Amino acid sequence: MSEIPDDLRYTATHEWARDEGDGIAAVGITDHAQELLGDLVFVELPEPGTDVAAGGECGVVESVKAASDVYSPLDGEVVEVNEALADSPEGINEAPYENWIFKVKMADPAQLEALLDAAAYAEAVEAEEH
Amino acid sequence: MLIFQHSRPGRRARAQAPKEKAGLDAIPEQFLRRSRPRLPEVSELQAVRHYTRLSQKNFSIDTQFYPLGSCTMKYNPRGANRLAMLPGFLARHPLAPESHSQGFLSAMHELQEILAKVTGMAAVSLAPMAGAQGEFAGVAMIRAYHQARGDGGRTEILVPDAAHGTNPASAVMCGYRVREIPTLAEGDVDLEALRRALGPQTAGIMLTNPSTLGVFERHIATIAEMVHEAGGLLYYDGANLNAILGRVRPGDMGFDVIHVNLHKTFSTPHGGGGPGAGPVGVGERLAPYLPVPLVDFDGHDYRLLTEKERPESIGRLSAFAGNAGVLLRAYVYAKMLGAEGMRRVADYSTLNANYLMKRLRAAGFTPAYPSRRATHEFIITLKQEAKELGVNAMDFAKRLLDLGMHAPTTYFPLLVPECFLIEPTETEAKETLDAFVEAMVRIREEAREAPEKVKGAPWTLPVRRLDDVRAAREPDLKWEPPA
Repeated sequence: MSEIPDDLRYTATHEWARDEGDGIAAVGITDHAQELLGDLVFVELPEPGTDVAAGGECGVVESVKAASDVYSPLDGEVVEVNEALADSPEGINEAPYENWIFKVKMADPAQLEALLDAAAYAEAVEAEEH
Repeated sequence: MLIFQHSRPGRRARAQAPKEKAGLDAIPEQFLRRSRPRLPEVSELQAVRHYTRLSQKNFSIDTQFYPLGSCTMKYNPRGANRLAMLPGFLARHPLAPESHSQGFLSAMHELQEILAKVTGMAAVSLAPMAGAQGEFAGVAMIRAYHQARGDGGRTEILVPDAAHGTNPASAVMCGYRVREIPTLAEGDVDLEALRRALGPQTAGIMLTNPSTLGVFERHIATIAEMVHEAGGLLYYDGANLNAILGRVRPGDMGFDVIHVNLHKTFSTPHGGGGPGAGPVGVGERLAPYLPVPLVDFDGHDYRLLTEKERPESIGRLSAFAGNAGVLLRAYVYAKMLGAEGMRRVADYSTLNANYLMKRLRAAGFTPAYPSRRATHEFIITLKQEAKELGVNAMDFAKRLLDLGMHAPTTYFPLLVPECFLIEPTETEAKETLDAFVEAMVRIREEAREAPEKVKGAPWTLPVRRLDDVRAAREPDLKWEPPA
């Protein structure tokens, strides 16, 4: 069973979001997502300053098996991207919840609370298995 | 070993032949290069041995079963090869005048007509030199059509999530935004999601039918009606045409534009990147935009139509008229089969796939779409095996190589976890299909009793398990001479 920390929020498309204060949220992909993808070989980061909509494409993660879009869980503006991932995409495999992909300045911080909590995400993962 | 590593300065093909004076006098001094190109310098014998050895290391359709899903790795008839290699074809220069190329042009003209007829299209261009180039040409024609009508607000192409990766790539290359349409649990396009996605911004939809999930799209007539209603056009990706060849025509399903992979359906050699051929066919509405050149016949002579006669054409895709050698092989193949033979291709490719699926299922493997009949290919998921035995689809694939069979397509389509996409083609015998089932059963037994045998495979090939992660992260593509 993959790791699903209690203090994060999740999407059904396997992103996590963490409140960083000041209306900013960090976004990454879940442990379950990195397990499914296998060893990552490339991360395409969004451009800082891009406006994103919740559910909109915002970066790509690529493994030897597959390339997969990363979706923003939240409306807002990309304010920072994790440049270190460009050279070491394996960071996401090693520590998916430490290695965020981008940070978004939320247009509506209430959206964060409306995302799946750990229990609901665990259920979604479980449902997908069947 | 690379051919460069055999190289010694000054070594020539004909080592014992008298030295010839290099005939470069006619080239003006300023065009001569100052340094020698770094090409390998080897004897003819060394070159022959090098490439023969490489070919012996190869897995190929001529030596092994090759059920690589969605690639249609069928037998390439030697007859097609022999006729395409006739000196009159082989020695024809692409710039030879039309009066000297009537035989070749008549063959190409007939191929255009055959492809139009078997796909239900009004006209065909043979120009695209690969499937992806055919897709590009097809979407470019959709764009040209909307633009010619002053309908510039159509900015989106719809693509189901089961599509080949080339579909969204082609749409983006033509300047479109891509909107993904989800697939339902039984493999059909989600019509409700499609309805929500359609609108005045819709330029068209790209569909593969049967889809890459190994099932037929059951609501294609409804989809065609919905997309046309919204003012969009339908693009048919010919990747899986083998399943319906001669039986069902994309034109009759409502498609406006298609590409055909001759290197799949029409049995020309492929693998290792080509060469391929991806002719495009269109209905009347798109005919003016077909890429040039087209082969025309005025009742007496064959000639190539260019931008001059076809001013609305999207233009040329290559310097000449497509991959002539591939087109010729496909032409001979089509003539050998005739209409009756083409129907048998569809019949036997689907029969072989359904037989293989049933047998694998009976042996305890899990089809991804158990309620659906297979097309010319089908998917099994090794999710259960991965969970219970700790060996995944990649391990099974590598072990199959040891057992003398090329692995099916693995981990594609992305929707199905731990999957094999299996396409036996119509050219395989029942005994070969049975042997594949036995190999799969044997690997599962090995996974139970001696899992390292499967996880460590391949054991018997020229190379062991390759580090594909490192190859992707640190590609090493350039040979450098030792310092």
